[in-house]
Amino acid sequence: MGTENILIVLLSFMLAGALIAVETKNLLSSVISLGAIGVGTSVAFLFLMAPDLAIVQVSVEVVMIIFLIRATIARDVIPQRGHIGWGALAVVVILLGGLMAFGAYAFRSIGRFGEPIIASVLAAPSNRYLEKGLQETGAANIVAAVILDYRGYDTLGEATVLFVSILGAITILRVKGWARAGRQR
Amino acid sequence: MKGMSVIVKTVTRWIKVFIFLYGVYIVITGHLTPGGGFAGGVIIACSYILLTLAYGKEFALQRLSPRTTAGLDSGGALLFLVAALYGIGYGGIFFVNFLQKRYPGRAFQLASAGIIPICNIAIGLKVGASLFLVFIILSVLRITKEKDGKQSMVKRWPEGKEEE
Amino acid sequence: MVYTLCFALFLVGLYCVLTKKNTVKIVVGLGIMEYATNLFLVLLGYRKNGVAPILDKTTNPLEFLARAVDPIPQALVLTAIVIGLGVTSMAIALCIRLYEKYGTFDVSEIRRLKE
Repeated sequence: MGTENILIVLLSFMLAGALIAVETKNLLSSVISLGAIGVGTSVAFLFLMAPDLAIVQVSVEVVMIIFLIRATIARDVIPQRGHIGWGALAVVVILLGGLMAFGAYAFRSIGRFGEPIIASVLAAPSNRYLEKGLQETGAANIVAAVILDYRGYDTLGEATVLFVSILGAITILRVKGWARAGRQR
Repeated sequence: MKGMSVIVKTVTRWIKVFIFLYGVYIVITGHLTPGGGFAGGVIIACSYILLTLAYGKEFALQRLSPRTTAGLDSGGALLFLVAALYGIGYGGIFFVNFLQKRYPGRAFQLASAGIIPICNIAIGLKVGASLFLVFIILSVLRITKEKDGKQSMVKRWPEGKEEE
Repeated sequence: MVYTLCFALFLVGLYCVLTKKNTVKIVVGLGIMEYATNLFLVLLGYRKNGVAPILDKTTNPLEFLARAVDPIPQALVLTAIVIGLGVTSMAIALCIRLYEKYGTFDVSEIRRLKE
């Protein structure tokens, strides 16, 4: 079986899991289906020859499930109607169907799966990184060379964004301000 | 937050060191094998999260207090920035790999690739400390069910600390 | 065909964000959109019968250049995955704070209480 067929089967399972995660009324099953989609993505990364990404994806996904369950434990409210009104729902479904058709038409100009841009454009930067990576940076892992030497500035930006988002999460949950907030019981 | 049963505590006591060691291994050999700072950092945070889940929050906070974790987090970011700024002194270029240009090691060795292992360690520290800090802050709150069925949010911070 | 399925996964996540009323469900939809985006970016860089972009002592450089997959989308997605975790944790903090202030996870009741 070619890689493309394996990926199609995997993506179909992930799509089914996503539909379950969206439609079920129980929050805990929803979060666990999200975990299943994450593991499916990690296996897809392995088939696409990206081992770095598979490691990061599976550990980040486990931590994300832990955080989500932490936020919703012992809390299961079934609202009257889980979604917005029927008219608005119909409008959203029609719009998304239109987007889907447009997407299927637009993907015809990307090029077939399995023929990336670097195969046809020889002057692309990736070709230079693959050819001269070991010699110029000394690292055997070309992805690490790209994120820390050739494109190190982007990694600095990423560290800043992570720092600020964690700081934001801590500030939102500050303990001291609650005494004045007037909690409702 | 209370801990878990005796079986979980015993197994955790043996396993957490191996998880931590595996995370450190992935960070250090990030320039030779798949991995790097981000993957290793998340795995290091996972070992501390396992400790917190199995033993309860008070025990884990005695091992590694929030102040130390925040200090490690900022220290990692500062190390990364200092390593990047040092390159200006070398050739006037920000973030140049000056160690590789001055002392190029042999390829495929642990001590090669210039500034890349240092940056990997800085990022591993930063990501690990950040995720553990967020987990501690998120677990301060517990949503509890009271006897009359109403639910409310209670904060359970360890005694003696008011604000962090 | 693979691209279309990945885009369909993204649209399922978007549907969840747009039409559900529970804030935790909205965060789950956000997570689905994020997984679909990262997968799409890595799909763009795959080469048929490719090898991972990691050198070894025994690889032939010319053959490596002809067979390796694109390393730039992988570098992009590596940072994007971790940033996604930071953003999700901030969204969960917001959900908890909203519950603390209004007593419910339901978006429509929060809007009603404001008036």
